[in-house]
Amino acid sequence: MSATPSGRIVLDDVGITFGRNGDRVEAVRRISCAIAGGEFVCLLGPSGCGKSTLLNAMAGFVLPTEGSLTLDGEPVLRPGADRGMVFQHHSLFPWKTVLANVEFGLKMRGMSAHERIGLARTFLHAVGLGGFEKHYPAQLSGGMQQRVGIARVLVNNPRVMLMDEPFGALDAQTRLMMQELLLQIWQEVRTTVVFVTHDIDEAIFMADRIVVMTSRPGEVKAELKVNLPRPRSPEMMADAAFVDLKRICLAMVREETLKVMGPLPTSLAALRRSR
Amino acid sequence: MSVGVASARPAALRANVLATLTAGLARRPARAAIRIVACLACIAVWQLASTWRWEVGINFQNIPSPEQVARASVDLLQSPKLFAHIGNSLRRVFAGFGAAAVLGIGFGLVIGRSRLAEDSLLAPLELLRPIPAVAWIPMAILMFASSEVSMIFITFIGAFFPILLNTIHGVETIDRNLVAAARSLGAGRWAIFREVVLPGSLPSVITGLSIGMGTCWFSLVSAEMISGQFGIGYYTWEAYNLQKYPPIVVGMIAIGLLGMGSSALVRAVGTFATPWRRAEQARQR
Repeated sequence: MSATPSGRIVLDDVGITFGRNGDRVEAVRRISCAIAGGEFVCLLGPSGCGKSTLLNAMAGFVLPTEGSLTLDGEPVLRPGADRGMVFQHHSLFPWKTVLANVEFGLKMRGMSAHERIGLARTFLHAVGLGGFEKHYPAQLSGGMQQRVGIARVLVNNPRVMLMDEPFGALDAQTRLMMQELLLQIWQEVRTTVVFVTHDIDEAIFMADRIVVMTSRPGEVKAELKVNLPRPRSPEMMADAAFVDLKRICLAMVREETLKVMGPLPTSLAALRRSR
Repeated sequence: MSVGVASARPAALRANVLATLTAGLARRPARAAIRIVACLACIAVWQLASTWRWEVGINFQNIPSPEQVARASVDLLQSPKLFAHIGNSLRRVFAGFGAAAVLGIGFGLVIGRSRLAEDSLLAPLELLRPIPAVAWIPMAILMFASSEVSMIFITFIGAFFPILLNTIHGVETIDRNLVAAARSLGAGRWAIFREVVLPGSLPSVITGLSIGMGTCWFSLVSAEMISGQFGIGYYTWEAYNLQKYPPIVVGMIAIGLLGMGSSALVRAVGTFATPWRRAEQARQR
């Protein structure tokens, strides 16, 4: 499944503004960034910084109001199966079985039932859900639902997988397992991954490169290369390289969050003393 | 949207007389016993009131006793006209209901999906909606040459709006993320309609059909009272005109049972058609 020259995303001076005259909201501004084919990039930033908007633009759900956004040189104008999306809250079709959900993209492509069932089963096994083919999404745990969501995207052999805080709603243990699982699969399929998160550990643990965004309107604050070897393991979270990077990220995200929230209030003790 | 949405809860859907009486019969025998005794007590009070001819606001003088009603029921069950009455009523209900289902779901899907259709179709329909089916009876007689068609039209009117409104509601409340997911998996307009909109609105459509079936019977009986030759509503009204009072109650009970049975049928088909709902409901419990 080697992806020769495919999966390269180039954003050139991208700006996205919602609404008209009176209540215009500028979500992102002057974003320029290139994501190489097969790269794992995390978009990190405080809530409301426009990182999901940027991801939606890559998916083709919204069009940039300024600048250009291209995938392998072609402008992104509409959603398509070459850019699969995994949403924050699972968006599996509740009326379809797990297998039918994974088959969906192949069915849209017109693949024969026989062929697509075989492929869908393979990818279900890859996310550790062999045996759950006939279940409905409501019968699965949150982590399992997101695994189906990942299989549903990867079965189409997309050039890019876009992930919008996919593990944000999971408990800490499940989340870590999901991160490891995702990295393990990505190691094999090597599609480009753009992963939106506000969790610094998650970003460092997974990414080749982290794009830190400012608060709204989101701009690129910094691009940080993650120099940790692959395959990654949870123990690396204690490595000096990891901790150093975490310190830098924390400072930057904190700075941006404070811009929105304002400085922290004076402590209660200090207030009492000043009385 | 008030019609369907208020009664859209699955629990309310399942609540019918039999279910209430038998609910938890095994688990809570005491409560079940109280329910059965309460029903029997009501029938006993009715029996006393009609034999002793009470006059307490209600004039029980003309009201047949349960015993007389039971005898009249046996008469009807043995009557050669039974099948004509029930058959005609069922045929009218299913013709009116069928037309309402086809048009209500059809219009509902189009209106729910297209803003142009919503503006051009829903506004005139909303003007007609407050008019109850029964109010259409005189006009229906004038509109159609055959009284049969007028009666079917009345049942159609009764069922159409609940089905229409619930279908629109079902289409409009489909999770937008599901449509987005389908698009990003390569689905075009038609595929989204077939794979997302149709199944996504189905539970709400079934609610509309279930409510529509109830209103269908409601309207049919009034229509048959005005113009009819056979039919269970006609049977009831004819009994009144002939001053045969026990058959009136028999007719009332028959209408209730037929309505209950038809709604149960709709629900059974609905449950069969939406197997994933069982998984969702089990999760909520």
